[in-house]
Amino acid sequence: MSSVLLSVRDLVTWFELRRWGFVHVGWVRAVDGVSFDLRRGEAVAVVGESGCGKSTLAKTILGLVPPTRGEILFDGRPVRGRDLRWYRPQVGYVQQDPYGALPPFMTVQRILEEPLVVNGVRGKAARWHRIRRVLEEVRLVPVEEFLPRYPHQLSGGQQQRLVVARAMILSPKLLVADEPVSMLDASVRVEILHLLRSLQERHTLSVLYITHDLSTIRYFCERVFVMYAGKIVEQATVHELLRSPKHPYTQALLEAIPDPDPENAQRLRKIPPGEPPSLLRPPSGCRFHPRCPAFIPGRCDVEIPPDFDVAPDHRVGCWLYASEPAALASRDP
Amino acid sequence: MTEPLLRVEDLRLYFRTSQGPVQAVDGVHLEVGRGRTLVVVGESGCGKSSLARAILRLLPRNVHTYSGRIWLDGVDLMQLPEEQFRREVRWRRISFVPQAAQNALNPVLRVGDQVAEPLLLHGGAQSPPVARRAVEDALRLVGVPADFIDRYPFELSGGMRQRVALAMALVLRPDLVILDEPTSALDVLTQAGIFNVLKTIKRELGTSFLLITHDIATSSELSDDAAVMYAGQIVELAPAFAFYRAPLHPYARALLQSVATLREDRPLGFIPGRPPSLIRPPAGCRFADRCPARFDRCATEPSLFHTGEGRWVKCWLYAQEAAGE
Repeated sequence: MSSVLLSVRDLVTWFELRRWGFVHVGWVRAVDGVSFDLRRGEAVAVVGESGCGKSTLAKTILGLVPPTRGEILFDGRPVRGRDLRWYRPQVGYVQQDPYGALPPFMTVQRILEEPLVVNGVRGKAARWHRIRRVLEEVRLVPVEEFLPRYPHQLSGGQQQRLVVARAMILSPKLLVADEPVSMLDASVRVEILHLLRSLQERHTLSVLYITHDLSTIRYFCERVFVMYAGKIVEQATVHELLRSPKHPYTQALLEAIPDPDPENAQRLRKIPPGEPPSLLRPPSGCRFHPRCPAFIPGRCDVEIPPDFDVAPDHRVGCWLYASEPAALASRDP
Repeated sequence: MTEPLLRVEDLRLYFRTSQGPVQAVDGVHLEVGRGRTLVVVGESGCGKSSLARAILRLLPRNVHTYSGRIWLDGVDLMQLPEEQFRREVRWRRISFVPQAAQNALNPVLRVGDQVAEPLLLHGGAQSPPVARRAVEDALRLVGVPADFIDRYPFELSGGMRQRVALAMALVLRPDLVILDEPTSALDVLTQAGIFNVLKTIKRELGTSFLLITHDIATSSELSDDAAVMYAGQIVELAPAFAFYRAPLHPYARALLQSVATLREDRPLGFIPGRPPSLIRPPAGCRFADRCPARFDRCATEPSLFHTGEGRWVKCWLYAQEAAGE
């Protein structure tokens, strides 16, 4: 068994933009050439700002959006075509807004029973047993009290735990969590992160944690991918990325994140000018070059930088690191 | 001691519902100094947005109780009749950036016209060129390029629209701006940009801010003083330096423990249970059920004890210290 569970190769997801339904206007390049490997039992964070394509990446991996080009291999088998019935039960999805993700007219029991029925788990007793086990795992106990409840009768944290339970009920190998805690209050947020972490460890789950919030990743993930304008610009272990961020965009992002510290009020933060580019007409070359403080004219605006290895398990898509010795043979095969 | 710009005493705002009155704001005391920022942090449902609306007297129809005193520069605003309050206080002295303001701009009006609206309504009879200059000034102040003045809101990004909402609040140069979750839907870089603007405005114009937020980490960006709200009440009030380094109230301590940080390595905590219902809140301390330090006295309601250096804590643990002074 290979150590890689999910392998994404040069994935491209574009959305066509049409006027009046038929006049082609252009392509929104939401995901534009993304490659990575996700190992078994590994939690990886994908961080980026809104509109950088991170949710589209998640949805493409979940098979909810067809890729334009590229390949997704799950356990060595290509995720492609219409019939994904073999794939769906192996991948759980934790949505951002728990209330919006739960059907309002279904009880907790029906919400959890439906995926079992759809995926052919026969026998009421067998289904009941699994529902009970998963509710205990997410600590919605006593189970009997929660089974007849409707989503609106649960608190925000309980709703999100129910969403996690639904994602886990088919015992998936991969969990895709798209901003699972961004709608929750700080005190509840940590509880959900702890829960995801403990599930991940107990079931050796692989987790793809999509977030805009860099400050939560180190409590939960081993590695992190930084996305900007449809591309992964830096991948590294969490420790390494926080200690020595390499890409100018990552550096700006880290600089902008406040810790609760009264000193913050005394100083202005350095932030790059401008805003993320339109994905309809992204800038030539490196997509960050119009905002980059280290912009090299004639290079960054002409050629798209490949990924350079700057350390073991640390790759950066930035021309600044082209001259480092480790970068010589670093292009993707 | 000099008189603060805004002093709120025993403010109460209850809403009528079919199940009984909801005590959204229940006996709140706070002060905002001139040129200073008071941050009110609290989790959703603690009544912090109701507090903002109570200060501005922007009330819905189902008000059950609205009482207390609000002093602005020594004038008790609660005594002013509605029309006088609207004409002389709201927006001229105290303005407001409501939650998700960036999505509340009028889609069919140009940005400049919207920023000019408070000028025309509250600023008396000014000529259009004067109004336009004031709008340009306000937009420059918040970092919106001058050529955006004739654009429509949909042509602007979320961060730029939030800056426009801020310009609307600043165009009459009020003494106090109440910001309700000004950056909660924005990205980190945009958020940092907005806070840079707020810091600059505070420094250059000496505007006071009341910042209401659930986001403790970003609240420290602008904070001179901090207040923690729980279940309709202020449970701690302290200068920012003391508060962020060492909060006193058990709820405030647990809340700060639960904030994920980038640079500091410490385990995260969370608060078990959930806040009490504001319809029939517990008789004693409202945090007692979830509090790790509760004891017998918590069955009766503590008052806000003064523990020195401008710090106030609503917790029996600090009763002796206060009495010993």
